[in-house]
Amino acid sequence: MRQIIKIAWRNVWRNKLRSFIVIASMVLGLWSGLFSASMMFALNNQRINSAIKSQLSHMQIHHPSFQDNYDVKYQINSLNEVLKALDTNKKVNSYSTRIVLSGMASTARGATGVKLIGTDYVNEKNITDIHSSIVKGTYFSGGTSRQAVIGQELAEKLKLDIKKSIYLTFVNENGAQERLKLKVVGIFKSGNSMFDGSNIFAQKNYLDKVFGKEGVIHEIALVCNDVAQAKELKDELLVAFPNNKIELWSEISPELGYANEMLSIFLYIFMIIILIALSFGIINTMLMAILERKRELGVLMSVGLNKPKLFLMIALETLFISLVSVPLGVFISYMSISYFGDVGIDLSMVEKGLEQFGMGTRLYTELYLDYYINITLLTFLLTFISSLFPARRALKLEPAVAVRSI
Amino acid sequence: MNVIETKNLKKIYSQGEIQVNALNDVSINFKQGEFTAIVGPSGSGKTTFLNTIGGLDKPTSGNVMINNLDITKLRANKLIDFRLKNIGFVFQSYNLIPVLTAKENIEFIMLMQGYSQAKRNERALGLLDAVGLSNESKRRPGQLSGGQQQRVAVARALASKPKFILADEPTANLDSTSTKNLLDIMYDLNRKEKMTFIFSTHDQRVIDRAKRVITLEDGKILSDKTT
Repeated sequence: MRQIIKIAWRNVWRNKLRSFIVIASMVLGLWSGLFSASMMFALNNQRINSAIKSQLSHMQIHHPSFQDNYDVKYQINSLNEVLKALDTNKKVNSYSTRIVLSGMASTARGATGVKLIGTDYVNEKNITDIHSSIVKGTYFSGGTSRQAVIGQELAEKLKLDIKKSIYLTFVNENGAQERLKLKVVGIFKSGNSMFDGSNIFAQKNYLDKVFGKEGVIHEIALVCNDVAQAKELKDELLVAFPNNKIELWSEISPELGYANEMLSIFLYIFMIIILIALSFGIINTMLMAILERKRELGVLMSVGLNKPKLFLMIALETLFISLVSVPLGVFISYMSISYFGDVGIDLSMVEKGLEQFGMGTRLYTELYLDYYINITLLTFLLTFISSLFPARRALKLEPAVAVRSI
Repeated sequence: MNVIETKNLKKIYSQGEIQVNALNDVSINFKQGEFTAIVGPSGSGKTTFLNTIGGLDKPTSGNVMINNLDITKLRANKLIDFRLKNIGFVFQSYNLIPVLTAKENIEFIMLMQGYSQAKRNERALGLLDAVGLSNESKRRPGQLSGGQQQRVAVARALASKPKFILADEPTANLDSTSTKNLLDIMYDLNRKEKMTFIFSTHDQRVIDRAKRVITLEDGKILSDKTT
């Protein structure tokens, strides 16, 4: 076995240029695949984080029927007990109670459907990052005024600016239409143009006045100390408050919840395509190496190298090529992904497009460890499969014919 | 005692629609310790005969008995194993493994036979000494002259302690000094260790040293002379 390994290893380096080209192509192929995957994961995670920070939070609590058509009469059941439970639960980092109205926003320049979110702005700062996304004007300053903070997209759509008024029409608890007048104090840009184009934040205290009573709550958004605890917390709350609907961010927005899994499958297919293309390169190189060494292989068989050992030798030669190139490719990928994970990649040239998907313009590459491991194993597997065809060709050689070949 | 016996050996090659009788009813015996040259013009069947008795080629019909075992009946892997343990080959173009040193080339066969490291080392150095290359043990074939490579090839053929050695035109690519050296080595091994050598050759210098000369023509034995 040692001698077979020795011969196989030395055979790899007989034609250094050819081996270098194969290794370089494998390294480049692996790097391009892994780096592209890291960019895709980064884009996806940025989209998820942006959605969590700007709108979803880790978990939301509603009346079971509220989200059917945002009917304002469906308020959270057992509100005081729910709030008490959240105040005492150690998994909860912070929460914000909200009034949510679905209606039509209008100005002299146009009208559009919007969601009005009445928040306790102090608590809201712990849940969403809207306060830090203000691009014009200010965030709420307290009191019970008619202040509104709107998204930049909505401001552009309705030609709104700071200090301008916006009218909101919605259906009240009695089914009658009601009209609110708000004054724009701030314009935010969350990085998700769809969200920015359809959401208005107002102060809950003011909306309480509109409802004529306090304690109207349609939504509680909360953030856990650790997102990994969210599922456990949800289960606890469900047991305590089965008459409310409690959803994790991934359930509120399933397209985001499954996005990483979907992407992962897609990227594996993408990597397999790259690796199959590389395999053809390996097959070609190994076939050339075998055809060039026909006579030598004939001699080895003549003097007693049996077929399993000959097969092993060819398979080892292929394996050695991947043993050099795969760690190198993975290492270079890891280094470049780590580097761009720290400094980021500037994608401001496609800012508008990225905003449509709720993504920022600086991309911080990232790739999960299991992805590195799985791709490494997959590469070795495909390399082994690539060695089968050349090895089979070698096994078919007739020693008497092969030793006479030029 | 016969080491090799062939009975009605036939080998027909098909070249398109034409059939070539490379061996035509060859029946012949070789005894232990013979030093035999097989001669004849190109295409007379010399190499085919060596390949057939060496188990590299299957005959179309007939038998090759080596120590009373019919090797034409052996399956491919058994035949490889049989060759490993019983037959030494020396080829016209040396055919050493280029990535191994002279000593490693010799050791290679012993390794496949399962010799221990110590035994391999001892025998390989002994054989290199016997062929006059003890100072070249660490050189690869590309760093050796043609004559030196052929001497390594002889040492490699002897490494497995075969029953006999088949040498296909072993001196064809050698100059006269190298030819003489190689023949001296093989002749000594034949004389001292009773090693059986069967050559195919055109080389008069080899024919002159042979104790038995078999002439082939058109796949048939034309003459069989013992000196």
